[in-house]
Amino acid sequence: MTIAIVDYGMGNLHSVSKAVERLGYEGLVTGGADAILGADGVLLPGVGAFGDAMEHLRASGLDAVVHQAAANGTPLLGICLGMQLLFSESEEHGRNEGLGILPGRAVRFGGSGAGSALGAGTDAGEGGISAGSATGALGAPGGLKVPHMGWNRLAFLQPDSPLLAGLEEGHVYFVHSYHVLPERREDLLAVTDYGHPVTAIVGRGNVYGMQFHPEKSGELGMALLRNFLSLAERDNN
Amino acid sequence: MLAKRIIPCLDVKDGRVVKGVNFVNLRDAGDPVELAALYDREGADEIVFLDISASNEGRATMIEVVRQTAGEIAIPFTVGGGISQVEDMKRILRAGADKIGINTAAVLNPQLISDGARRFGSQCIVVAVDAKFNPAWGEWEVYTHGGRKPSGIKALEWVKEAESRGAGEILLTSMDADGTKDGFDLPLTSAVSRSVGIPVIASGGAGKPDDFYEVFTEGQADAALAATIFHYKEIAVPDLKRDLKSRGVEIR
Repeated sequence: MTIAIVDYGMGNLHSVSKAVERLGYEGLVTGGADAILGADGVLLPGVGAFGDAMEHLRASGLDAVVHQAAANGTPLLGICLGMQLLFSESEEHGRNEGLGILPGRAVRFGGSGAGSALGAGTDAGEGGISAGSATGALGAPGGLKVPHMGWNRLAFLQPDSPLLAGLEEGHVYFVHSYHVLPERREDLLAVTDYGHPVTAIVGRGNVYGMQFHPEKSGELGMALLRNFLSLAERDNN
Repeated sequence: MLAKRIIPCLDVKDGRVVKGVNFVNLRDAGDPVELAALYDREGADEIVFLDISASNEGRATMIEVVRQTAGEIAIPFTVGGGISQVEDMKRILRAGADKIGINTAAVLNPQLISDGARRFGSQCIVVAVDAKFNPAWGEWEVYTHGGRKPSGIKALEWVKEAESRGAGEILLTSMDADGTKDGFDLPLTSAVSRSVGIPVIASGGAGKPDDFYEVFTEGQADAALAATIFHYKEIAVPDLKRDLKSRGVEIR
């Protein structure tokens, strides 16, 4: 069984692929359409700015490949920025269109389009401060620091999801300045509290996303990754 | 709410951990990768490697340590020591480190903070500050070159500049408290925490669990770093975390 880790020129994929290997699976870092479409599971990591990432995906044609993998029913997991890319749009640096596999948008903490994961506003805001160059501005409610960086606790909304099966709520490692407001409440599997409920894990069908870094989140992170990989394994059999 | 972090720090020279490490359950107490993996298993929230190699060969070896560590541990780790250019940062981040610590080079060339933050994001840039109380000023002064040279810069002003240039965190070492085991420097830590809006990692002086409780409450630190007390098992990370949790501190 092979897990494709989509390489579209954004960020370091070493830790993610090593984590996959450590769990006993073969991780293939690749930008090749055939390799991705032939894989049993697909990981879409990502660090950096939303707009740049989408540009890289489009330029390499990998946007269509990821869409195809999702449509084929292959288990797909977006991590951090990779999760945000799965959604319709982001207000990072003006408005940028995402892959649109899941409905919803990424907004800046405390920004004009802000809302909580559990009570999303409908009016899209025009933000425009870069995640990367955030200079410690106090942007979140209650003067919380942006980026939201560090270990925060997950609250499971759908403990019966196969991704959360057998796991207990605990802390995972976040680093982000934008957070996602999913349009459908039922896509939200887990939230964390940072001034308000913040989207932490999403899932619909074979498509999943984690805002935090499971590969940097100790035992719980590895267990979440293991659950995803066993979904891929199950589908393979 | 974010959990307070416990961070063991490893001094690495030419690819080997130096300065006392006394672990019975290690094959090789000098192997930084093995030691980092042990701390990960024990529940450390992050690891800091301080590269004290004096040669280029030693620094090249550090890249290999970083690469191996990234494959072995599932928590974030920071690498500091001898980093003076954006290219150095790139090499270390590429090898799998999550954050870069800069100290003397940032004081000599503050633009390095801005350049690093723009290139890799603020979350990657940790500005390490060695501070010592200057009685004539009635406040703390920044020291460089491993604490050997006074810079003439006020610590509280420097941390604000570091933040405005895009530093994501401050790793604050009290030279007055370091090595005493009498507790963290609470006045310094709380003064710095109040001066900036970015997380502050307190370092220097840890001797007992109480010291950590105090630096997280009175000192308002977001994280606490220590070396020898962890390496010599004077305090075990799981015991420390249990103690802090029982006293109401948010801990993973």
